Amino acid sequence: GDSSDHIACLHISVVFAPLNSQLCICLCNQGFMLCTLRLRQTLCLCLTHTHTPFLTCFNSYLPVCVSGATGSGSSLIHVVRKDEDIYSPILRKLFNESHHIFVGLQTIREDLPSKNKKPQFVSISKSYRSVIRACMEELQQVSILLAIELIWNLCEVLFIDAVPAGSLLLHLLDWVRLHKADVDEKAREVLQSESPVEHHGYWDVVVSYVLQGRLEEARQMLAKQAAQQYADKNMYKLMDNLLSKMPPGSIHTLTEFDVKWRHWHEEVDRCLQDKSFASNVHLELICKILVGDEDTLLEHKELLSTWYHFLVTRLLFAHPTIKPTELHYYAQSCMAMFLDSRSAPETLDSILLAAFDFDIHQVIKDCSIALNNWWFVAHLTDLLDHCKLLQSHNLHFGSNLREFLLLEYASGLFNHHSLWQLAVDYFDHCPEFGRVYLELHIERVPLDTERKALKVLRICEQRQMPEQVRSICKIMAKRALRNNRLGSALSWSIRAKDAAFATLISERFLQDYCTRGTFSDLDLIDNLGPAMLLSDRLTFLVKYHEFHKLYGEKCFTEAAKLLLSLITAKIAPRSFWMTLLTDALPLLEQKEVSQTHPHLSLGLYDLTVICVFWSFQEEDIELTKVELLRLALARNLAKAIVKEGTVDA
Amino acid sequence: MESTNAKYVSQKISKTRWRPVSSSALQQPHIFATGSWDNEDNKISIWSIGDHGLPGMEDELEGDPQLLCEYRHDGDVLDLQFLDQDRIVTASSTGAVTIFHHHQNSQTISVARQWARAHRNPCDNAPCTGVVCNSPEIVTVGEDGRIILFRADQEGAVRIIENADSNSIHAVTFLRTTEILTVNSIGQLKLWDFRQQSSSPSQILSLTGDRVPLHCVARHPNQQHIVATGGQDGMLCVWDVRQGNTPFSLIEAHSAEMWEVHFHPTNPDHLFTCSEDGSLLHWETASHSDMPSFLQGGRNNSMISRSAMAPAGGNQSLISAWLAGDSGKGRLETTHMLPSQTLSVNSLDVLGQCLVCGTDEEAIFVNRQVPV
Repeated sequence: GDSSDHIACLHISVVFAPLNSQLCICLCNQGFMLCTLRLRQTLCLCLTHTHTPFLTCFNSYLPVCVSGATGSGSSLIHVVRKDEDIYSPILRKLFNESHHIFVGLQTIREDLPSKNKKPQFVSISKSYRSVIRACMEELQQVSILLAIELIWNLCEVLFIDAVPAGSLLLHLLDWVRLHKADVDEKAREVLQSESPVEHHGYWDVVVSYVLQGRLEEARQMLAKQAAQQYADKNMYKLMDNLLSKMPPGSIHTLTEFDVKWRHWHEEVDRCLQDKSFASNVHLELICKILVGDEDTLLEHKELLSTWYHFLVTRLLFAHPTIKPTELHYYAQSCMAMFLDSRSAPETLDSILLAAFDFDIHQVIKDCSIALNNWWFVAHLTDLLDHCKLLQSHNLHFGSNLREFLLLEYASGLFNHHSLWQLAVDYFDHCPEFGRVYLELHIERVPLDTERKALKVLRICEQRQMPEQVRSICKIMAKRALRNNRLGSALSWSIRAKDAAFATLISERFLQDYCTRGTFSDLDLIDNLGPAMLLSDRLTFLVKYHEFHKLYGEKCFTEAAKLLLSLITAKIAPRSFWMTLLTDALPLLEQKEVSQTHPHLSLGLYDLTVICVFWSFQEEDIELTKVELLRLALARNLAKAIVKEGTVDA
Repeated sequence: MESTNAKYVSQKISKTRWRPVSSSALQQPHIFATGSWDNEDNKISIWSIGDHGLPGMEDELEGDPQLLCEYRHDGDVLDLQFLDQDRIVTASSTGAVTIFHHHQNSQTISVARQWARAHRNPCDNAPCTGVVCNSPEIVTVGEDGRIILFRADQEGAVRIIENADSNSIHAVTFLRTTEILTVNSIGQLKLWDFRQQSSSPSQILSLTGDRVPLHCVARHPNQQHIVATGGQDGMLCVWDVRQGNTPFSLIEAHSAEMWEVHFHPTNPDHLFTCSEDGSLLHWETASHSDMPSFLQGGRNNSMISRSAMAPAGGNQSLISAWLAGDSGKGRLETTHMLPSQTLSVNSLDVLGQCLVCGTDEEAIFVNRQVPV
C-alpha cells in the first residue's frame, strides 16, 4: 500500500515508536530512515515477491516484514497481518467468552479434593464446547470449528471425564451422535412425506438409527412398516423383539452387563443362522449389523461416513465392554479397514488416533501444527493441566507446555487493537514468564485518549510495574506539553513522580508569567498540596504564586516573609532573580515592611550584590532597574539600621 | 440476580443508554443505544429487548437484546445521550460532537449534524469526554479543557468557554437549566453559570488535599443541590453544593475507577455505580425512621405509591438519607448486580425497572427486574 519505501541497504531492522504505531525507524547498514505508515490504508498482504523475505519485528499492531536481496537496488517494507482469525467479529465472541471461562477455571480452589474438582472440570469443558457451538451457528465456514469441537469432545470423554469401561461406549456413542446430525434431518424429511415407508430414504434412516445404537427410534420407524406389511408380520415382530432386548449399558455392573449382552448376542446370531430374516433383505441386513458383522458395516460406508463412526458402531455390536486401554487397537484397525489404502490419513484422523492412543502430547502437537490459531491448544492444554494430566515437560527455555501455549496465544491477542485487554489475564496466569511478557507488551498499546491511558495504568499499578507507569505518564505528559496543555502535563508528571519533567513544566509556567505578566491555570497551582514538593522549581512556582496572592490581598507582611524565605531557600532559578527583586521593590517602599522586617532588606541586599556583580557579565540586565534597586535597598537598609540601633522600650 | 445473561457483541462497549420513555405511558423501556470504543471501526448501535410481556411471564429468552440498526462512528464513543426520542448525541475521541437521527420506520441511522473539531488541540486530537443534553441545548466538555454550548438547530457553537480548566474535564451534568457542573482530572467540581459572561466557574469544590481524578457526576433527580461523584480511587462521594467545600458522605465503593454513577430517576433512594474492577453495585439507602418515606414530609397523601415521583417540596428524610454524615454501612444496602467477575463495566443506565450495562469483555447485560 502507501507504506512502501525504497531503501538500498543490506541488513534491515525496524523499530516502532512506543505508543505510536504509525511511526517507525528503519535501521540498516547505511544509516537510518524515519517512516510514517498510514495504517488505515494498509491491508493484509501476501508475500508473493521473489525476494527472500525475513521477518524483522513485531509491534502492537502489525508485524513488519522487510524483503530485499543483498545488493538489489530496492527493498520494500510490507505490513503483514498474520492471524486473520482475530479480526472476525464472530470469533471475537469466542475469544471473549472463553476468556471468561478461562479466568473462572484459574480461580478454582487448589485445596479441593480431586473428586470434587472433576465434575467442575467436566462442566468447564462443556462450557468451552458450548461456546464453540454457539460460534458455529453463526459462522458460515464451520469445518474448522466442527473439527475443533469434535476433538475437544473426544478429549473430554477420554481424558477429562476419564470414563471407565461400560460407560465409555455410551459416551462414545453420544460423541458420534452429536457429530452426525444429518440423520435427524433425513428422518424428519421421511416422516413429513406423504407415505414414509415408501420414501426412498426410509431404510437409510432405519439403518442409520441402528448404526448409531438408537434402537428405540429404529423400532418406531419399523413399526410404521410393520403396520403395513401383513405378510412379514412375524418377522417384524421378531426384529422388534430383538431390538428391544438389547441390554442398555448404563444400568448394570460390568459383569452383569457382559453376561446379559452375550445372551442377547447369541440370540441374534441364532436368528441369523436360522435365516429367520432371509426373505426380507432389509431386516436381514439389520440383523447382520446387530451381530457386528464387519463386512456388512463396511458396505455402508456412506451411511457411516467416517471411520470413527465405524469404530464406535463396531464396538457397540461386538465389544461393548471395551476398556479405554484397548481402544487404540480397534481404532487402528478400523481406520485401516475404512479408509482407502491409497489415501493417506488426514490430519484430523491422525489427531483422533492419537487421542484414542491416549497420547495427549501428540494430540496437542498435531493440533498446534494443523490450526493457525493458538486458541484451541492453549485452552485445552490449560484445562488438561488443571486436571493434572500433563507431565511437566520442560521446554528448552524453561517454561512448561501449558505456559508456552498460553503465552503464544496471549501474544497474538496483544496484536489486536481491542482484544489486548483479554491477554492481560492470560499473562497473569503464566507464573514464569507472564510478567515479563506483559511488561514488554503493555508499553506498546497505543494511547489515543486519557481514558485508555488510565485503564492501562490501572493494569500496571495493580501489578506493581512502576517503570511502565512512569513511562506511560511521561508520554502523556509530553503529549500534553506539545499541545500547550501545561496543567495536564503537570498533572501527568506528578503522577509519574517525574521531577525532571515537573521542573521543565514549571519553567514553562514561569516563562509564561514573565511574558504575559499573569499566571495561568491557577486552579491547578493553588491546589497542588503536597505534590508541589516533587521538584524545587515546582515548589517555587507555587510559592511564588502564593506571594502574588498575598500581595494582591494586601497582606504585605506575609508576602514579605514568603519572599524572603524564597530568596534564602535558594530555590529560585537564576533567571528569576531579577523578577524577584523587582517584585521586592514596591514591598520595600511599604512602611510596615521596612519597619518590621529588617531581615528582608538584608537578604535582598545580598541578592542585589550578587546581581550587580552578575550584571557586569550579562549585558541584558537593565542597568536602570539595578540602580533603582540599589537606591531603594540603600534607603531601606538605612532605615533598618536606624531601627535596629534604636533601643525601644 | 436472575435474568442477567451476557450478550456478547464483538465490540467493547463504552456507553449504554436507554431511550427515554414518554412520561405519560407507564411502560418499561425497551430500546437502548450503545457506543463502542477501541475498535478500528467503532459503531453506535440501537438494540431492542422486545416489548415487556405480562409480569410473571417466562421471558428469559425474549429479553435477549436484538440489534435494530447500527452506524459507523469515527473515533471512540466517549459519551452518548439521547437528545429526544429520535436523536442521539455522541462525543468522540476525535473531538467531534455528532447528532445521529434514528429513523424508526426504516430502522436506519443517519447523521443529522456534526461539529467535527469541536474540541481540539494544536497538535493532536482532543477527545470530547462528556456530553449532556437538555433539548435543544447540548453542553460538551473535553480533554482540551473547553466547555461548549451548542443548540441542536444551530450551525455554530452558541458559547465556548476557552480554558475553562487547566486539566482534562471528564464529565458534565446539568444542575439547573442554566447551570452545569463539571468534574476534572484533579478532583475538582466546578459550577458554571451560563447567565454570567465570565469564563471562570462560580464555585469550585474539591476534597482538600486530594487530587484524585473524578470520572463521573450525577445529580439527584429531585434535589438539585445533591450531587454524587465517583473517581479513580473508587470512592463514592455525595456532595451538597450549597454548603461546604467537602462532600457529605464518602463511601468506599469500588477497588478501581468508578466510571458511572446514576441516581434512579424516579426512585432516588437507589443509586447505581459501575467500575473498572468489573462490578456493578446497587445502593439502597433506608430512611431513618420506621415510617415509610412517602408518609413523611410536607404532603400527607397516602395515595402516593412508592414508585411515583417524590413530592417536589422535598422530603427531609429522603435528603438526609444520602447526606448522613456518618452513613455507616448499616443504613446502606449494597447488591452486586452481575453474576460473576468480568472485565471493566464501563457504563450503565437505569430506567424504571430496567438496567443495562456494557463491559470491556464485549458483553451487554440487561436486567428487567431491578428491585426499586
